[in-house]
Amino acid sequence: MANKKQKHWYSYLWIWSIIYFALGFFNILFAWLGMIDFILPLVFAIVGGNKWFCNNMCGRGQLFWVLGRNVGCSRRKPAPRWLASKWFRYGFLAFFLTMFGTMIFQTYLVFSGANELRKVVKLFWTFKVPWQWAYSGSIFPDWVAQFSFGFYSLMLTSTLIGLIVMLLYKERTWCTFCPMGTMTQGICKLKSHDK
Amino acid sequence: MAKKRANVNKNICVACGVCRLECPREAIKIHQGCYALVNEEICVGCGLCQKACPANAIEIKERI
Repeated sequence: MANKKQKHWYSYLWIWSIIYFALGFFNILFAWLGMIDFILPLVFAIVGGNKWFCNNMCGRGQLFWVLGRNVGCSRRKPAPRWLASKWFRYGFLAFFLTMFGTMIFQTYLVFSGANELRKVVKLFWTFKVPWQWAYSGSIFPDWVAQFSFGFYSLMLTSTLIGLIVMLLYKERTWCTFCPMGTMTQGICKLKSHDK
Repeated sequence: MAKKRANVNKNICVACGVCRLECPREAIKIHQGCYALVNEEICVGCGLCQKACPANAIEIKERI
């Protein structure tokens, strides 16, 4: 971002993104902290009617910028137009919410005793990666850990997708179809009656 | 006044705010979380926002 601009504390939240994934590597229960990234943008959109979180506080977006622009890992080529099209954005949001719902259901199955806790991280909703070192029991019931594994999978997968599109296209290409961004912009449009 | 200016396609803009951060003249703001709004009085049409926009929603146009 323009280097002459004043930096604020929230300009460094990209560091938090790295810390988040590092913490989850050692103890999966830290994955719950990622809920902040889910709740805060919605609070800003619903209460304030703005995308202040995306514009200023999104650690993931900042990380893509730091790696893509400052480190120079991005090709900085225009992405295909369909990536920012409404059908793809809302389609990806629907897919993402479905996967979130599935993850909640998996958590419920562990809560109800129908399933046992699976200590794996699922990448791209397909590839199961063993992650058993990150959890060896706690004072919390197993469903709390199951949610952590599911949520961490979601966060890691979306970051990896973001990194891939950052490498191939512009730094923050992920922002064009980020489910939280689509959702908060939709809320803002509804609030401002500006279609 | 500069000969060129940035023009945002509101239908494509995702309001991510990258253009606002890139603009050296602070001529862009995000309007109610919906789209980027360019202050045409301040914009010099440098094209930095266009280059940074991940949604390809910005064009640099000649002033009429």
